[in-house]
Amino acid sequence: MTSTAGSTASEPEAGIRLKDVGRAFGATVAVSGVGLTVPLHGHLSIIGPSGCGKSTLLNVISGLDDPDEGTVEVLGATTSQDRLRRCAWMPQRDLLLPWRDVLGNAALALENQGMRRKAARAQVAGLVERFGLGSFERKLPHQLSGGMRQRVSFLRTLVAGKEVLLLDEPFGALDSITRADLQYWLRSALETEPRTTVLVTHDVEEALLLGDQVVVMSARPGRVAAQYATGFPAEASRRELLRLPEFTELRDELLARLEAAS
Amino acid sequence: MTPAPAWRRVVPPVIVLLLVAAIWDLVVHLGHVQDYIFPSVENVFRSLVKNWSGVLASATWITFQEMLYGFLISIALAAAISLALHTSATLRGAIYPLLIGSQAVPIVVIGPILAIIFGYGISPKLIIVAITCFFPIVVNLVDGLASVDPDLIKVMRTLDGSRLATLFRVEVPSALPSFFSGLRIAAVYAPIGAVFGEYAGSQNGLGYVLIQATPQLNTDLVFAAVLLLTVMSILLFVGLSLLEKICCPWAGKGKK
Repeated sequence: MTSTAGSTASEPEAGIRLKDVGRAFGATVAVSGVGLTVPLHGHLSIIGPSGCGKSTLLNVISGLDDPDEGTVEVLGATTSQDRLRRCAWMPQRDLLLPWRDVLGNAALALENQGMRRKAARAQVAGLVERFGLGSFERKLPHQLSGGMRQRVSFLRTLVAGKEVLLLDEPFGALDSITRADLQYWLRSALETEPRTTVLVTHDVEEALLLGDQVVVMSARPGRVAAQYATGFPAEASRRELLRLPEFTELRDELLARLEAAS
Repeated sequence: MTPAPAWRRVVPPVIVLLLVAAIWDLVVHLGHVQDYIFPSVENVFRSLVKNWSGVLASATWITFQEMLYGFLISIALAAAISLALHTSATLRGAIYPLLIGSQAVPIVVIGPILAIIFGYGISPKLIIVAITCFFPIVVNLVDGLASVDPDLIKVMRTLDGSRLATLFRVEVPSALPSFFSGLRIAAVYAPIGAVFGEYAGSQNGLGYVLIQATPQLNTDLVFAAVLLLTVMSILLFVGLSLLEKICCPWAGKGKK
Protein backbone atom coordinates (compact mmCIF):
# COMPACT_ATOMS: atom_id res chain seq x y z
CA MET A 1 0.00 0.00 0.00
CA THR A 2 2.94 2.31 0.62
CA SER A 3 4.73 3.77 -2.39
CA THR A 4 7.89 5.80 -2.28
CA ALA A 5 7.74 9.50 -2.97
CA GLY A 6 8.25 10.74 -6.52
CA SER A 7 9.47 7.41 -7.85
CA THR A 8 6.55 6.95 -10.22
CA ALA A 9 8.10 7.21 -13.69
CA SER A 10 7.19 10.54 -15.28
CA GLU A 11 4.37 9.45 -17.55
CA PRO A 12 3.50 12.00 -20.22
CA GLU A 13 -0.11 12.30 -18.99
CA ALA A 14 0.98 13.59 -15.59
CA GLY A 15 -1.40 16.29 -14.43
CA ILE A 16 0.90 18.02 -11.96
CA ARG A 17 4.63 17.53 -11.48
CA LEU A 18 6.75 19.28 -8.86
CA LYS A 19 10.53 18.84 -8.77
CA ASP A 20 12.66 20.03 -5.83
CA VAL A 21 10.31 22.91 -5.19
CA GLY A 22 11.43 25.42 -2.57
CA ARG A 23 9.86 28.69 -1.48
CA ALA A 24 11.07 31.02 1.24
CA PHE A 25 9.65 34.26 2.60
CA GLY A 26 12.57 36.26 3.84
CA ALA A 27 14.42 34.04 6.30
CA THR A 28 11.48 31.67 6.70
CA VAL A 29 11.73 28.62 4.47
CA ALA A 30 8.12 27.56 3.89
CA VAL A 31 8.76 24.52 1.72
CA SER A 32 11.95 22.90 0.53
CA GLY A 33 12.84 20.11 -1.89
CA VAL A 34 9.27 19.04 -2.54
CA GLY A 35 8.76 16.52 -5.32
CA LEU A 36 5.25 15.37 -6.21
CA THR A 37 3.45 13.85 -9.15
CA VAL A 38 -0.29 13.75 -9.60
CA PRO A 39 -1.57 11.83 -12.62
CA LEU A 40 -4.29 13.30 -14.80
CA HIS A 41 -7.64 13.09 -12.94
CA GLY A 42 -5.78 11.90 -9.85
CA HIS A 43 -6.66 13.15 -6.41
CA LEU A 44 -3.85 14.08 -4.07
CA SER A 45 -4.44 14.90 -0.42
CA ILE A 46 -1.81 16.78 1.55
CA ILE A 47 -1.81 16.68 5.34
CA GLY A 48 0.72 18.10 7.73
CA PRO A 49 1.15 20.14 10.89
CA SER A 50 0.12 23.80 10.90
CA GLY A 51 2.59 26.06 9.16
CA CYS A 52 4.18 23.30 7.11
CA GLY A 53 3.74 25.23 3.89
CA LYS A 54 0.69 23.41 2.56
CA SER A 55 -1.00 26.59 1.42
CA THR A 56 2.26 27.90 0.00
CA LEU A 57 2.49 24.75 -2.08
CA LEU A 58 -1.01 25.29 -3.47
CA ASN A 59 -0.23 28.92 -4.30
CA VAL A 60 2.91 27.81 -6.11
CA ILE A 61 1.06 25.16 -8.11
CA SER A 62 -1.78 27.54 -9.01
CA GLY A 63 0.48 30.20 -10.44
CA LEU A 64 -0.55 32.75 -7.84
CA ASP A 65 3.05 32.42 -6.67
CA ASP A 66 6.32 31.13 -8.14
CA PRO A 67 8.83 28.81 -6.47
CA ASP A 68 12.33 30.09 -5.62
CA GLU A 69 13.80 26.73 -6.53
CA GLY A 70 12.75 23.77 -8.62
CA THR A 71 10.13 23.45 -11.32
CA VAL A 72 6.37 23.23 -11.37
CA GLU A 73 4.52 21.76 -14.29
CA VAL A 74 0.74 21.76 -14.62
CA LEU A 75 -0.46 19.89 -17.71
CA GLY A 76 2.78 20.86 -19.38
CA ALA A 77 2.52 24.53 -18.39
CA THR A 78 5.45 25.98 -16.51
CA THR A 79 5.01 29.77 -16.39
CA SER A 80 2.78 31.19 -13.67
CA GLN A 81 0.53 32.80 -16.30
CA ASP A 82 -0.10 29.48 -18.01
CA ARG A 83 -0.56 27.66 -14.72
CA LEU A 84 -3.17 30.21 -13.62
CA ARG A 85 -5.08 29.43 -16.80
CA ARG A 86 -5.23 25.74 -15.88
CA CYS A 87 -5.85 25.91 -12.14
CA ALA A 88 -8.82 26.91 -10.05
CA TRP A 89 -8.28 27.64 -6.37
CA MET A 90 -10.81 27.19 -3.61
CA PRO A 91 -9.90 28.40 -0.13
CA GLN A 92 -11.36 27.60 3.27
CA ARG A 93 -13.50 30.74 3.26
CA ASP A 94 -16.13 30.55 0.56
CA LEU A 95 -15.23 34.07 -0.70
CA LEU A 96 -18.47 34.45 -2.60
CA LEU A 97 -19.19 37.92 -3.89
CA PRO A 98 -21.87 39.11 -1.45
CA TRP A 99 -23.61 41.29 -4.06
CA ARG A 100 -24.11 38.43 -6.51
CA ASP A 101 -26.82 35.80 -6.13
CA VAL A 102 -26.09 32.08 -6.42
CA LEU A 103 -26.35 32.10 -10.22
CA GLY A 104 -24.24 35.24 -10.50
CA ASN A 105 -21.51 33.80 -8.31
CA ALA A 106 -21.51 30.50 -10.14
CA ALA A 107 -21.34 32.31 -13.50
CA LEU A 108 -18.46 34.60 -12.49
CA ALA A 109 -15.72 32.74 -14.36
CA LEU A 110 -17.78 32.53 -17.54
CA GLU A 111 -18.36 36.29 -17.44
CA ASN A 112 -14.64 36.80 -16.85
CA GLN A 113 -13.98 34.68 -19.91
CA GLY A 114 -16.09 37.11 -21.94
CA MET A 115 -19.53 35.52 -21.93
CA ARG A 116 -22.54 37.85 -21.64
CA ARG A 117 -24.18 37.96 -18.21
CA LYS A 118 -27.47 36.45 -19.33
CA ALA A 119 -25.89 33.63 -21.32
CA ALA A 120 -23.52 32.82 -18.46
CA ARG A 121 -26.36 32.64 -15.94
CA ALA A 122 -28.39 30.45 -18.28
CA GLN A 123 -25.45 28.14 -18.77
CA VAL A 124 -24.81 27.55 -15.07
CA ALA A 125 -28.50 27.24 -14.17
CA GLY A 126 -28.51 23.54 -15.07
CA LEU A 127 -25.47 22.80 -12.93
CA VAL A 128 -26.90 24.80 -10.02
CA GLU A 129 -30.07 22.74 -10.30
CA ARG A 130 -28.13 19.49 -10.46
CA PHE A 131 -26.16 20.36 -7.35
CA GLY A 132 -29.36 20.84 -5.40
CA LEU A 133 -29.24 24.62 -5.26
CA GLY A 134 -32.00 25.23 -7.80
CA SER A 135 -34.50 26.77 -5.39
CA PHE A 136 -31.81 29.12 -4.04
CA GLU A 137 -30.49 30.39 -7.36
CA ARG A 138 -31.65 33.96 -6.71
CA LYS A 139 -30.54 34.13 -3.07
CA LEU A 140 -27.61 36.27 -1.97
CA PRO A 141 -24.78 34.54 -0.07
CA HIS A 142 -25.81 35.99 3.31
CA GLN A 143 -29.17 34.24 2.93
CA LEU A 144 -27.50 30.81 2.63
CA SER A 145 -26.11 28.42 5.24
CA GLY A 146 -22.36 27.88 5.49
CA GLY A 147 -22.61 24.48 3.79
CA MET A 148 -24.61 25.89 0.90
CA ARG A 149 -22.20 28.78 0.45
CA GLN A 150 -19.31 26.34 0.24
CA ARG A 151 -21.23 24.33 -2.33
CA VAL A 152 -21.76 27.45 -4.44
CA SER A 153 -18.08 28.27 -4.06
CA PHE A 154 -17.15 24.82 -5.30
CA LEU A 155 -19.61 25.13 -8.17
CA ARG A 156 -18.04 28.45 -9.15
CA THR A 157 -14.65 26.73 -9.16
CA LEU A 158 -15.96 23.90 -11.33
CA VAL A 159 -17.65 26.21 -13.82
CA ALA A 160 -14.33 27.91 -14.53
CA GLY A 161 -13.63 24.78 -16.58
CA LYS A 162 -10.13 24.37 -15.16
CA GLU A 163 -8.54 20.98 -15.38
CA VAL A 164 -6.93 21.29 -11.96
CA LEU A 165 -8.76 22.06 -8.71
CA LEU A 166 -6.70 23.22 -5.74
CA LEU A 167 -8.69 22.91 -2.54
CA ASP A 168 -7.24 24.60 0.54
CA GLU A 169 -9.09 23.15 3.55
CA PRO A 170 -12.37 23.72 1.75
CA PHE A 171 -14.52 22.41 4.59
CA GLY A 172 -12.43 23.60 7.52
CA ALA A 173 -14.91 26.24 8.59
CA LEU A 174 -17.94 23.94 8.70
CA ASP A 175 -19.47 21.86 11.48
CA SER A 176 -18.70 18.13 11.36
CA ILE A 177 -22.10 16.99 10.04
CA THR A 178 -22.10 19.51 7.18
CA ARG A 179 -18.50 18.65 6.52
CA ALA A 180 -19.16 14.91 6.23
CA ASP A 181 -22.09 15.71 4.00
CA LEU A 182 -20.01 17.89 1.71
CA GLN A 183 -17.09 15.47 1.57
CA TYR A 184 -19.44 12.84 0.25
CA TRP A 185 -21.02 15.34 -2.10
CA LEU A 186 -17.62 16.41 -3.43
CA ARG A 187 -16.66 12.79 -4.09
CA SER A 188 -19.72 12.24 -6.24
CA ALA A 189 -19.33 15.63 -7.92
CA LEU A 190 -15.78 14.70 -8.96
CA GLU A 191 -17.03 11.43 -10.39
CA THR A 192 -19.39 13.20 -12.77
CA GLU A 193 -16.91 16.03 -13.46
CA PRO A 194 -13.49 14.38 -13.44
CA ARG A 195 -10.68 16.77 -12.51
CA THR A 196 -7.18 16.61 -11.15
CA THR A 197 -7.35 17.74 -7.54
CA VAL A 198 -4.96 18.67 -4.80
CA LEU A 199 -6.61 18.88 -1.40
CA VAL A 200 -4.95 20.40 1.64
CA THR A 201 -6.54 19.39 4.93
CA HIS A 202 -6.03 18.89 8.67
CA ASP A 203 -8.48 16.06 8.71
CA VAL A 204 -6.94 12.62 8.10
CA GLU A 205 -10.27 10.95 7.32
CA GLU A 206 -11.06 13.67 4.82
CA ALA A 207 -7.65 13.14 3.20
CA LEU A 208 -8.32 9.42 2.84
CA LEU A 209 -11.88 9.90 1.66
CA LEU A 210 -11.06 12.39 -1.08
CA GLY A 211 -7.56 11.40 -2.15
CA ASP A 212 -6.22 8.42 -4.02
CA GLN A 213 -2.79 9.52 -2.83
CA VAL A 214 -2.03 11.01 0.56
CA VAL A 215 1.13 12.96 1.28
CA VAL A 216 2.27 13.76 4.82
CA MET A 217 4.41 16.86 5.12
CA SER A 218 6.94 17.58 7.84
CA ALA A 219 6.97 20.69 10.00
CA ARG A 220 8.63 23.80 8.59
CA PRO A 221 10.47 23.78 6.27
CA GLY A 222 7.81 21.61 4.68
CA ARG A 223 9.05 18.49 2.96
CA VAL A 224 7.34 15.31 1.85
CA ALA A 225 7.70 13.04 4.87
CA ALA A 226 5.70 10.10 3.57
CA GLN A 227 3.43 9.21 0.71
CA TYR A 228 0.64 6.62 0.58
CA ALA A 229 -1.65 5.32 -2.11
CA THR A 230 -5.18 4.71 -0.94
CA GLY A 231 -7.56 3.10 -3.41
CA PHE A 232 -10.74 2.42 -1.50
CA PRO A 233 -13.88 1.51 -3.43
CA ALA A 234 -15.35 4.74 -4.76
CA GLU A 235 -18.92 3.68 -4.16
CA ALA A 236 -18.37 2.87 -0.47
CA SER A 237 -20.14 5.18 1.92
CA ARG A 238 -18.32 6.91 4.71
CA ARG A 239 -19.77 4.53 7.25
CA GLU A 240 -18.68 1.49 5.25
CA LEU A 241 -15.19 2.90 4.87
CA LEU A 242 -14.92 3.54 8.58
CA ARG A 243 -15.61 -0.18 9.09
CA LEU A 244 -12.90 -1.31 6.66
CA PRO A 245 -9.83 -2.48 8.57
CA GLU A 246 -7.51 -1.20 5.79
CA PHE A 247 -9.06 2.24 6.14
CA THR A 248 -8.72 2.44 9.90
CA GLU A 249 -5.18 1.02 9.82
CA LEU A 250 -4.06 3.59 7.30
CA ARG A 251 -5.83 6.33 9.23
CA ASP A 252 -4.01 5.36 12.42
CA GLU A 253 -0.70 5.19 10.62
CA LEU A 254 -1.25 8.64 9.10
CA LEU A 255 -2.17 10.04 12.50
CA ALA A 256 1.05 8.59 13.93
CA ARG A 257 3.05 10.06 11.05
CA LEU A 258 1.40 13.40 11.55
CA GLU A 259 2.24 13.37 15.23
CA ALA A 260 5.84 12.44 14.48
CA ALA A 261 6.05 15.25 11.92
CA SER A 262 4.84 18.03 14.21
CA MET B 1 -29.71 40.03 13.60
CA THR B 2 -33.02 41.71 12.82
CA PRO B 3 -33.00 45.51 12.81
CA ALA B 4 -35.14 47.31 15.38
CA PRO B 5 -38.63 48.15 14.09
CA ALA B 6 -38.93 51.60 12.50
CA TRP B 7 -40.88 53.18 15.37
CA ARG B 8 -38.19 52.23 17.89
CA ARG B 9 -35.63 54.18 15.89
CA VAL B 10 -37.87 57.17 15.18
CA VAL B 11 -39.83 57.71 18.37
CA PRO B 12 -37.01 58.32 20.93
CA PRO B 13 -35.26 61.12 18.98
CA VAL B 14 -38.64 62.73 18.23
CA ILE B 15 -39.46 62.75 21.94
CA VAL B 16 -36.11 64.38 22.73
CA LEU B 17 -36.68 66.94 19.98
CA LEU B 18 -40.13 67.83 21.34
CA LEU B 19 -38.69 68.13 24.85
CA VAL B 20 -35.97 70.50 23.65
CA ALA B 21 -38.58 72.60 21.80
CA ALA B 22 -40.79 72.70 24.89
CA ILE B 23 -37.93 73.80 27.16
CA TRP B 24 -36.89 76.38 24.54
CA ASP B 25 -40.39 77.88 24.41
CA LEU B 26 -40.73 77.76 28.19
CA VAL B 27 -37.48 79.67 28.69
CA VAL B 28 -38.39 82.26 26.04
CA HIS B 29 -41.87 82.82 27.49
CA LEU B 30 -40.91 82.85 31.16
CA GLY B 31 -37.87 85.04 30.52
CA HIS B 32 -39.82 87.45 28.33
CA VAL B 33 -37.03 87.19 25.72
CA GLN B 34 -37.60 89.49 22.74
CA ASP B 35 -38.28 87.84 19.38
CA TYR B 36 -35.39 89.65 17.66
CA ILE B 37 -32.97 88.24 20.22
CA PHE B 38 -34.24 84.69 20.48
CA PRO B 39 -37.61 83.78 18.97
CA SER B 40 -39.86 81.10 20.40
CA VAL B 41 -40.33 77.90 18.39
CA GLU B 42 -43.91 78.95 17.88
CA ASN B 43 -42.88 82.25 16.27
CA VAL B 44 -40.27 80.55 14.08
CA PHE B 45 -43.02 78.40 12.60
CA ARG B 46 -45.32 81.44 12.33
CA SER B 47 -42.60 83.25 10.37
CA LEU B 48 -42.04 80.15 8.25
CA VAL B 49 -45.71 80.08 7.24
CA LYS B 50 -45.96 83.85 6.77
CA ASN B 51 -42.84 84.13 4.57
CA TRP B 52 -43.18 80.80 2.75
CA SER B 53 -44.82 81.96 -0.48
CA GLY B 54 -43.14 85.37 -0.53
CA VAL B 55 -39.50 84.56 0.21
CA LEU B 56 -38.75 81.13 1.57
CA ALA B 57 -40.24 78.86 -1.10
CA SER B 58 -38.16 80.26 -3.96
CA ALA B 59 -35.08 80.61 -1.71
CA THR B 60 -35.40 76.98 -0.65
CA TRP B 61 -35.80 75.86 -4.25
CA ILE B 62 -32.69 77.81 -5.33
CA THR B 63 -30.56 76.48 -2.49
CA PHE B 64 -31.86 72.97 -3.04
CA GLN B 65 -30.78 73.10 -6.68
CA GLU B 66 -27.33 74.41 -5.77
CA MET B 67 -26.95 71.64 -3.21
CA LEU B 68 -28.16 68.87 -5.46
CA TYR B 69 -26.29 69.82 -8.63
CA GLY B 70 -23.13 70.65 -6.71
CA PHE B 71 -23.40 67.30 -4.95
CA LEU B 72 -23.88 65.43 -8.23
CA ILE B 73 -20.90 67.20 -9.84
CA SER B 74 -18.86 66.33 -6.78
CA ILE B 75 -19.86 62.65 -6.97
CA ALA B 76 -18.93 62.43 -10.66
CA LEU B 77 -15.54 64.09 -10.12
CA ALA B 78 -14.80 62.12 -6.95
CA ALA B 79 -15.67 58.80 -8.60
CA ALA B 80 -13.46 59.51 -11.62
CA ILE B 81 -10.52 60.68 -9.51
CA SER B 82 -10.86 57.82 -7.00
CA LEU B 83 -10.78 55.24 -9.80
CA ALA B 84 -7.74 56.92 -11.31
CA LEU B 85 -5.97 57.05 -7.94
CA HIS B 86 -6.86 53.44 -7.27
CA THR B 87 -5.57 52.16 -10.60
CA SER B 88 -2.28 54.04 -10.65
CA ALA B 89 0.12 54.05 -7.72
CA THR B 90 2.07 56.85 -9.39
CA LEU B 91 -0.99 59.08 -9.57
CA ARG B 92 -1.89 58.20 -5.99
CA GLY B 93 1.57 59.17 -4.79
CA ALA B 94 1.44 62.44 -6.72
CA ILE B 95 -2.11 63.58 -6.05
CA TYR B 96 -3.37 62.10 -2.78
CA PRO B 97 -1.18 64.25 -0.48
CA LEU B 98 -2.26 67.35 -2.40
CA LEU B 99 -5.91 66.38 -2.02
CA ILE B 100 -5.51 66.16 1.72
CA GLY B 101 -3.56 69.41 1.76
CA SER B 102 -6.29 71.14 -0.24
CA GLN B 103 -8.62 70.65 2.70
CA ALA B 104 -6.59 73.23 4.61
CA VAL B 105 -7.78 75.96 2.22
CA PRO B 106 -10.76 77.64 3.93
CA ILE B 107 -13.90 77.51 1.77
CA VAL B 108 -15.10 80.82 3.24
CA VAL B 109 -12.19 82.53 1.54
CA ILE B 110 -12.72 80.86 -1.83
CA GLY B 111 -16.33 82.08 -2.01
CA PRO B 112 -15.67 85.77 -2.75
CA ILE B 113 -12.91 84.91 -5.22
CA LEU B 114 -15.27 82.64 -7.16
CA ALA B 115 -17.93 85.38 -7.04
CA ILE B 116 -15.44 87.77 -8.64
CA ILE B 117 -14.62 85.26 -11.38
CA PHE B 118 -18.09 83.82 -12.07
CA GLY B 119 -20.47 86.51 -10.88
CA TYR B 120 -23.68 86.11 -8.89
CA GLY B 121 -25.13 83.18 -10.85
CA ILE B 122 -25.37 79.54 -9.83
CA SER B 123 -21.92 78.42 -11.02
CA PRO B 124 -19.79 79.69 -8.09
CA LYS B 125 -22.24 78.00 -5.66
CA LEU B 126 -22.00 74.73 -7.55
CA ILE B 127 -18.22 74.91 -7.39
CA ILE B 128 -18.20 75.58 -3.65
CA VAL B 129 -20.71 72.81 -2.90
CA ALA B 130 -18.70 70.46 -5.10
CA ILE B 131 -15.47 71.36 -3.28
CA THR B 132 -16.98 70.90 0.18
CA CYS B 133 -18.53 67.54 -0.70
CA PHE B 134 -15.57 66.26 -2.69
CA PHE B 135 -13.17 65.37 0.10
CA PRO B 136 -15.27 62.94 2.20
CA ILE B 137 -16.44 61.17 -0.95
CA VAL B 138 -12.94 60.70 -2.38
CA VAL B 139 -11.36 59.60 0.90
CA ASN B 140 -14.06 57.02 1.61
CA LEU B 141 -14.12 55.71 -1.94
CA VAL B 142 -10.34 55.38 -2.22
CA ASP B 143 -10.31 53.62 1.17
CA GLY B 144 -13.15 51.34 0.12
CA LEU B 145 -11.45 50.40 -3.14
CA ALA B 146 -8.18 49.69 -1.36
CA SER B 147 -9.65 47.59 1.46
CA VAL B 148 -11.01 44.79 -0.69
CA ASP B 149 -10.35 41.34 0.73
CA PRO B 150 -7.05 40.31 -0.94
CA ASP B 151 -8.27 36.70 -1.14
CA LEU B 152 -11.13 37.88 -3.37
CA ILE B 153 -8.55 39.29 -5.76
CA LYS B 154 -6.72 35.96 -5.69
CA VAL B 155 -9.95 34.10 -6.47
CA MET B 156 -10.58 36.45 -9.39
CA ARG B 157 -7.10 35.72 -10.75
CA THR B 158 -7.74 31.96 -10.72
CA LEU B 159 -11.15 32.56 -12.34
CA ASP B 160 -9.59 34.29 -15.36
CA GLY B 161 -10.52 37.78 -14.13
CA SER B 162 -8.65 40.55 -15.95
CA ARG B 163 -7.55 43.68 -14.11
CA LEU B 164 -10.64 45.49 -15.44
CA ALA B 165 -13.02 42.64 -14.56
CA THR B 166 -11.60 42.61 -11.04
CA LEU B 167 -12.09 46.37 -10.75
CA PHE B 168 -15.73 46.38 -11.84
CA ARG B 169 -16.88 42.99 -10.56
CA VAL B 170 -15.07 42.98 -7.21
CA GLU B 171 -13.43 46.22 -6.13
CA VAL B 172 -16.15 48.71 -7.10
CA PRO B 173 -19.07 46.74 -5.61
CA SER B 174 -17.19 46.01 -2.42
CA ALA B 175 -16.36 49.72 -2.09
CA LEU B 176 -20.03 50.73 -2.38
CA PRO B 177 -20.88 50.74 1.35
CA SER B 178 -17.81 52.86 2.04
CA PHE B 179 -18.75 55.14 -0.88
CA PHE B 180 -22.18 55.64 0.66
CA SER B 181 -20.70 56.59 4.04
CA GLY B 182 -18.74 59.26 2.20
CA LEU B 183 -21.91 60.45 0.47
CA ARG B 184 -23.78 60.71 3.77
CA ILE B 185 -21.05 62.84 5.32
CA ALA B 186 -20.94 64.98 2.17
CA ALA B 187 -24.73 65.43 2.30
CA VAL B 188 -24.32 67.13 5.65
CA TYR B 189 -21.71 69.51 4.22
CA ALA B 190 -23.64 70.36 1.05
CA PRO B 191 -25.96 73.02 2.58
CA ILE B 192 -23.01 74.66 4.35
CA GLY B 193 -21.27 74.97 0.97
CA ALA B 194 -24.37 76.39 -0.65
CA VAL B 195 -24.83 78.99 2.10
CA PHE B 196 -21.17 80.05 1.94
CA GLY B 197 -21.55 80.44 -1.81
CA GLU B 198 -24.59 82.62 -1.34
CA TYR B 199 -22.90 84.69 1.37
CA ALA B 200 -20.17 85.57 -1.13
CA GLY B 201 -22.68 87.09 -3.54
CA SER B 202 -26.18 86.13 -4.55
CA GLN B 203 -29.66 87.43 -5.30
CA ASN B 204 -31.69 84.55 -3.89
CA GLY B 205 -31.40 81.41 -1.79
CA LEU B 206 -31.56 80.63 1.91
CA GLY B 207 -28.05 82.00 2.47
CA TYR B 208 -29.19 85.24 0.86
CA VAL B 209 -32.23 85.28 3.19
CA LEU B 210 -29.93 84.75 6.19
CA ILE B 211 -27.59 87.56 5.20
CA GLN B 212 -30.52 89.93 4.62
CA ALA B 213 -32.57 89.03 7.69
CA THR B 214 -29.78 89.00 10.28
CA PRO B 215 -28.87 92.74 10.21
CA GLN B 216 -32.59 93.59 10.13
CA LEU B 217 -32.94 91.64 13.39
CA ASN B 218 -35.58 89.56 11.64
CA THR B 219 -34.42 86.71 13.83
CA ASP B 220 -37.47 84.49 13.50
CA LEU B 221 -36.95 84.47 9.71
CA VAL B 222 -33.27 83.57 10.26
CA PHE B 223 -34.30 80.61 12.38
CA ALA B 224 -36.92 79.59 9.82
CA ALA B 225 -34.25 79.57 7.08
CA VAL B 226 -31.89 77.55 9.28
CA LEU B 227 -34.70 75.09 9.95
CA LEU B 228 -35.30 74.65 6.21
CA LEU B 229 -31.57 74.10 5.59
CA THR B 230 -31.49 71.47 8.31
CA VAL B 231 -34.56 69.69 6.96
CA MET B 232 -33.05 69.58 3.45
CA SER B 233 -29.82 68.15 4.80
CA ILE B 234 -31.68 65.48 6.76
CA LEU B 235 -33.82 64.58 3.75
CA LEU B 236 -30.71 64.19 1.60
CA PHE B 237 -29.13 62.02 4.30
CA VAL B 238 -32.22 59.83 4.67
CA GLY B 239 -32.61 59.55 0.89
CA LEU B 240 -29.01 58.35 0.59
CA SER B 241 -29.50 55.82 3.38
CA LEU B 242 -32.53 54.40 1.58
CA LEU B 243 -30.61 54.31 -1.70
CA GLU B 244 -27.81 52.42 0.04
CA LYS B 245 -30.28 49.84 1.37
CA ILE B 246 -31.49 49.29 -2.19
CA CYS B 247 -28.02 49.24 -3.78
CA CYS B 248 -26.22 47.19 -1.13
CA PRO B 249 -28.74 44.77 0.41
CA TRP B 250 -25.85 42.60 1.56
CA ALA B 251 -24.05 45.29 3.58
CA GLY B 252 -23.86 44.71 7.31
CA LYS B 253 -25.31 41.23 7.00
CA GLY B 254 -22.94 39.08 9.07
CA LYS B 255 -20.37 37.82 6.59
CA LYS B 256 -18.99 40.47 4.33
